Amino acid sequence: MLRDAWLMASKDLRIERATRVGVGQILPFGGLVLILFGLAITPDIQVTAAGGVERPMLAQAAPGLFWITVMLASLLALGRSFAVESADGNLDGLKMAGLDPAGIFLGKSAAVAAQLLALEVVLGLGAFVLYGPPLANLLLLITVVILATLGITAAGTVYAAVASGLRVRDTLVPLLVLPVVAPVLLAATKATEAAVHGSGDDGWSWAMLLGVFALLYAGVGMLAFGPIMEES
Amino acid sequence: MNHWAFVIAGYAIVLVGVGAYAAWVLARGRSLANDVPEERRRFLD
Amino acid sequence: MTATSSKATSVIGWAAIVALAISLLFGLVLSPPEVNMGDSVRLLYLHLPTIAVSYLGYGITFIGSVIYLRNQSTFWDLLAGAAAEIGVLFTAFVLITGAIWGKPTWGTYWEWDPRLTATTVMFIMYLGYLAIRRMELPQEVRSRRAAVIGIIAIFNLIIVRYSVQWWRGLHQGQTLGIDTQLDGLMLFSLFLGVVAFLLLGAWLLIHRFRLAWLERQVEDMRLARAITERRGESGGTKLGGALS
Repeated sequence: MLRDAWLMASKDLRIERATRVGVGQILPFGGLVLILFGLAITPDIQVTAAGGVERPMLAQAAPGLFWITVMLASLLALGRSFAVESADGNLDGLKMAGLDPAGIFLGKSAAVAAQLLALEVVLGLGAFVLYGPPLANLLLLITVVILATLGITAAGTVYAAVASGLRVRDTLVPLLVLPVVAPVLLAATKATEAAVHGSGDDGWSWAMLLGVFALLYAGVGMLAFGPIMEES
Repeated sequence: MNHWAFVIAGYAIVLVGVGAYAAWVLARGRSLANDVPEERRRFLD
Repeated sequence: MTATSSKATSVIGWAAIVALAISLLFGLVLSPPEVNMGDSVRLLYLHLPTIAVSYLGYGITFIGSVIYLRNQSTFWDLLAGAAAEIGVLFTAFVLITGAIWGKPTWGTYWEWDPRLTATTVMFIMYLGYLAIRRMELPQEVRSRRAAVIGIIAIFNLIIVRYSVQWWRGLHQGQTLGIDTQLDGLMLFSLFLGVVAFLLLGAWLLIHRFRLAWLERQVEDMRLARAITERRGESGGTKLGGALS
């Protein structure tokens, strides 16, 4: 199974290296969303955060805005992950090749996760620059980003597979994925707020929740992928 | 604040909603049944 | 008698109407207003029953999905789908009655309280499930994928519920529980409401299931016809001749 996962992951990443859709299209899209948030929430607006601190709304909301941007970018990455499979996005060929469904799931989600993590480094820097939040706990931040990304990609890969091969994939995947990863958005935002503004304890609790979610969905994906992939 | 306006609104929406859905299900059933011959109508596996 | 009716649905249907009428009588007229909420408590006699029906619907979807994956039974596949649709309809009612109850009680139509937020996410989740059931795929593939999602959805629900609860809990927000006293006649009205809506839900489910059955028959017939035509076109083989 792990060998199959490695095969899938390296294939997908090789495709990405050749076509550069992640870097050339999804990353700019993410940056654009960050900027659009800035346009929508004018930088002048101040809010009073917990503890009486006055801060620009953008800086206060930065964690949430970052994660929404990541989620939207992930929808594109997930859709792309299945679009590359065949002309109509089917996983038929893979099943024929005798690859283990659980392995295919792990490989595909790992590849998307890797791409997302790379995107998040750049988008994260962008968020810091554009919104100007502080940074209190880098270790927590890195942990949160990794765990949340794993959760999003694990869950997202399951639902992207369900909608794969369809013309309506691009409208169906968001509807399926976003409600499911809403808890990740919640937890990641709270944990990132803690990492950024510095209230340690809460942050690590939320990080644990993210870890649990990632594990759960990795398990679900490995189990569900077999039935989902059956084409007859 | 007059609560009764809210109460009536709530009940009305739900009852009308249920009624509309029921009507839709029954009507569609009627129209589809015209296309389906008798032996396929047993509703069991 | 409509196409999807039977003796069973007539009995249940009439029982539902009678139960509904009695519960309306008690809920709107005979029971008293509540001490804190006033007359808006009567909306709870609607709100809580719709919650019961929607959860029951999703539960049936879960069970049907599990059974379908094991034995490919058309019955359980269609039941799961019908139950989800009923569930979604009644979740919409939960949200609407919740919001309408909220205005006189909390002062706003919406509060980011855990239950309401989680219910909204659940609503959208099952809209997604219904969308899966309409995917343009071969029927077996479609049903199988829907069944998998129908099973996972329950776990998603639990995760969403807990995380939203934790999220709001940390905020020291008011716990918008129904911290009131419902007793005597009010509790009875609530009970009547639940009974009436369960009957109503059952009636709707049976009819919707039968409708789904008819839809599946039409789909199968269409498919069979297309296959026959295709075989006829390929130059009149013995098989084609036997089928047409």
